[in-house]
Amino acid sequence: MPHHTSLDNDTPLLRASGVSRFYGSRIGCHDVSFELWPGEVLAIVGESGSGKTTLLNCLSGRLTPTAGVVEYRMRDGTVRGIFSMSEAERRFLARTDWGFVHQDARDGLRMTVSAGGNVGERLMAVGARNYGAIRGEALDWLERVEIAADRVDDRPDTFSGGMRQRLQIARNLVTGPRLVFMDEPTSGLDVSVQARLLDLLRGLVADLGLAAIVVTHDLAVARMISHRLMVMRGGEVIETGLTDQVLDDPRSAYAQLLVASVLQP
Amino acid sequence: MTMRLCLSGVGKTFTMHLQGGVAIPVLHGVELAVAEGECVALTGPSGAGKSTVLRMIYGNYVTDEGQILVVDGERIVDMAAAAPRRVLDLRRRTISYVSQFLRAVPRVAAIDVVSEPLRALGTSAADARDRAATLLQRLNLPERLWTLPPATFSGGEQQRVNIARGLIAEHPILILDEPTASLDAQNRDVVVELINERKKAGVAMLGIFHDADVRDAVCDRSVDIRAFA
Amino acid sequence: MTERDTSSLPSPSWGGAGGGARSERPRAERKGDAVRPAAPTAPSPTLPHEGGGSGHADTAYNFAYLDEQTKRMIRRAILKGIAIPGYQVPFASREMPMPYGWGTGGVQVTAAILGPDDTLKVIDQGSDDTTNAVAIRGFFARTAGVTTTTSTQDATVIQTRHRIPERTLTENQVLVFQVPIPEPLRFLEPRETETRKMHALEEYGIMHVKLYEDIARHGHIATTYAYPVLVDGRYVMDPSPIPKFDNPKMNRSDALMLFGAGREQRIYAIPPHTDVKSLDFEDHPFEVQRFEEPCALCGSTGVYLDEIVTDDKGGRMFVCSDSDLCEEQRAGQPVDA
Repeated sequence: MPHHTSLDNDTPLLRASGVSRFYGSRIGCHDVSFELWPGEVLAIVGESGSGKTTLLNCLSGRLTPTAGVVEYRMRDGTVRGIFSMSEAERRFLARTDWGFVHQDARDGLRMTVSAGGNVGERLMAVGARNYGAIRGEALDWLERVEIAADRVDDRPDTFSGGMRQRLQIARNLVTGPRLVFMDEPTSGLDVSVQARLLDLLRGLVADLGLAAIVVTHDLAVARMISHRLMVMRGGEVIETGLTDQVLDDPRSAYAQLLVASVLQP
Repeated sequence: MTMRLCLSGVGKTFTMHLQGGVAIPVLHGVELAVAEGECVALTGPSGAGKSTVLRMIYGNYVTDEGQILVVDGERIVDMAAAAPRRVLDLRRRTISYVSQFLRAVPRVAAIDVVSEPLRALGTSAADARDRAATLLQRLNLPERLWTLPPATFSGGEQQRVNIARGLIAEHPILILDEPTASLDAQNRDVVVELINERKKAGVAMLGIFHDADVRDAVCDRSVDIRAFA
Repeated sequence: MTERDTSSLPSPSWGGAGGGARSERPRAERKGDAVRPAAPTAPSPTLPHEGGGSGHADTAYNFAYLDEQTKRMIRRAILKGIAIPGYQVPFASREMPMPYGWGTGGVQVTAAILGPDDTLKVIDQGSDDTTNAVAIRGFFARTAGVTTTTSTQDATVIQTRHRIPERTLTENQVLVFQVPIPEPLRFLEPRETETRKMHALEEYGIMHVKLYEDIARHGHIATTYAYPVLVDGRYVMDPSPIPKFDNPKMNRSDALMLFGAGREQRIYAIPPHTDVKSLDFEDHPFEVQRFEEPCALCGSTGVYLDEIVTDDKGGRMFVCSDSDLCEEQRAGQPVDA
């Protein structure tokens, strides 16, 4: 986490109040409330179908909740409901002040566009019109995510899975967002590749003071990159707390089961 | 003497849902205070709850009963009731915890593991590394290991990394869980020396020391945990 | 055949209201080399009005082929397009007696705006005498009985595929473009729902991604035709596959420019005197093609040239793409030997 001098004058970056999403009579997620503070990484864990991705989509404005409010503190300090702003504003927010890292890089990248173009797109979307500057920025970001500069003109379909994820991260971070949503960013990667990515994410989050909401089914991932943890099951939040506290001293039956089910290498 | 840490009426019960919801009371009515420049040893047999007390103070375990008051500058914070971000803030600025085992992060060099608490306080990477190098040197960790991730180190090497990480930020409260368990005599002496230096600097310390020599060398008094069973 | 009673038709150029008020000027007054489309190249058999001078149409057809309801519908789309420069207006494109890709969109727009006293020119790649141009000219000569011409300055309506005439167009002229793919964003975003939203919200960063890719790959913006433009500072528009050489001619043009995409059912427009800016980067500004030599036939410079292969031994020459301009130049000032 970044260096706060005082917690008292701070206000949350994002506040969810009673967020619910129903699919007909089926529950996606139900009555979720929490606050996310600047620089904080919150992991949402649970098994498939626990509603964690539904919640993530509601929080990031990609899915309209059936009930509840998601508020965000804008750069100018005003607090806005993300579903009461216009779609234009929400989309602008999503491509400037937010990032979204998809599980499948193909959902988050333009596979037919070079790595440099992928990173530069957000800059061009906010009005950057100098090719040299855009390319320079793209090269800088490729270096930060450990992609060799000579791959800048290669398309992501020639990249390995780990490189694609790192490219996706660079593409999201280039506009200096304050909040990044991640949906299973490391699943589907080899263990060694996963470790490298997690380490990179940890470093970037700390250096840039990013807040992040990370959906994962992997408790080790949660332990490594998150400050706080939210355990979900059947669309409900079962337990929340400091990540190490929930993992080392789980209170609810489900969280205990989840922790006990982790394979130790 | 200024109090730094004060436990009152602290209790803890583990409920084992996977074993039919059996409730195991571990501690009850813990009363304990540690002053500035004081080192207190927790004693008692294994399983009596010594580590549990330390973990509750650090916010790693939930406190079911009582208060754990931590003096944080002008303010007194009850760790037992503090919000997660308050706990994180105290960990960053006030309380260090040297656990028995290092939870190593893959790919991060030992020297960066050690410097991280300073980095979190805003110290530049170069300065933090300098301080980390000084500490690792004193703890006799071979320099060739500094740039390697500690996951592959021996137990003693890992423990020294862990101690260096716990000491580097010079927090006013230090929690120590068997800091010398896997160290040889020479390195044990270095750790004793470091702890005593911190004591002189006014750090309040609470720890578990199985090694009686170490305990005698650093602790001002002992508290037997069995009193709170 | 009978003399067409034009007063019984609504005047197509002005929509339905008060239609038919325009009287027909005698064809004889037209200057230039307006021709009856009975030239040997015409695909149709001898046309009924051949040799005539007063706009006889084959009355077996509605005027300009389409029925009045359809023309009204298309005119509404055109008016909306003019009101929102560069915006793609959906319209119910009709089956035309020619395949998609042969200019069905342009033909429908032309049919909707053509009046009996209009003079029509049709070009394909700048040339009046290619199959496509000849066929469409013949089509309207037969179904609308309008005068046709190859002269740019004599035409009131010019339908074009892939070029804008070199001669500066005037406020009395309408240029109708045939458009294969109207959506400039499709290159990077195949979802129509998404591209429409991007237009609505002015999310055009992706357009520069395309140009970025060009420079990254070729060192310069290699897009040479269908070069995207920003119309009136608002909508990004595909100008149809004209060479980027022609892009500057759209900017603040005196003539109305209409674009019709038949297969994709879209109409859009650039009203006269509208700002049309070709997208570019500060450090890679928009540039048009330059030709090192003048036209090998007429000697014109500063015009768009086509490369013609003259033999099997690598012989080639560069000549005007605009055949009317080339002929005019040659007639007026013979090329130096």
